[in-house]
Amino acid sequence: MTRNNTTLYALSTCSHCKSTKKLLSECNVEFNYIEVDDLEGEERKAILEEIKAMNPRCSFPTIKINDTVIIGFKEKEIKEALGI
Amino acid sequence: MNVQDLYQALKKSQEAKGIYFNKDKDLVFELLEALLLNKNRYGYMACPCRLACNDREKDRDIICPCVYREPDLKEYGACFCGLYVSKALHNNEIESGYVPERRPPEKIF
Repeated sequence: MTRNNTTLYALSTCSHCKSTKKLLSECNVEFNYIEVDDLEGEERKAILEEIKAMNPRCSFPTIKINDTVIIGFKEKEIKEALGI
Repeated sequence: MNVQDLYQALKKSQEAKGIYFNKDKDLVFELLEALLLNKNRYGYMACPCRLACNDREKDRDIICPCVYREPDLKEYGACFCGLYVSKALHNNEIESGYVPERRPPEKIF
């Protein structure tokens, strides 16, 4: 299996984010996990800019799989981007 | 307030307006717990699926029920986080689908 570079930008309280996290875990995907609501100050600002560059609405979850950006818990699109 | 009390109080007040909880009870309780957590950390029940900034005035639009609930229920039959559904979705007259974010990004801090 090709190694994917996957990052999940999430909120700790968000149900769609939890579903996405569960899906990635169930698919045995290694991923970077960022809970944006736990970040403060400059760190938070930097991550928000990073998200807005990919997803101007800055909604959660935002998932980056290699060069593909998926907005929201869209199981089919996530699996397609992962090649599974 | 505990989660059961919150569930009962909201069920009664919202159903009187023709707005229902999602039929997925696990999801509903997960979101109600998150609302209580946000009440504890921010002092108000900010939407669990949006980034609050710990400023009641700036977050006024996302205090549950958020100002986007009404147009989302009308257009998609559910609110963004999925806590509430319209009568039509509740009665299976329409299908549930993806609800995109409606909140303008300039409100996110």
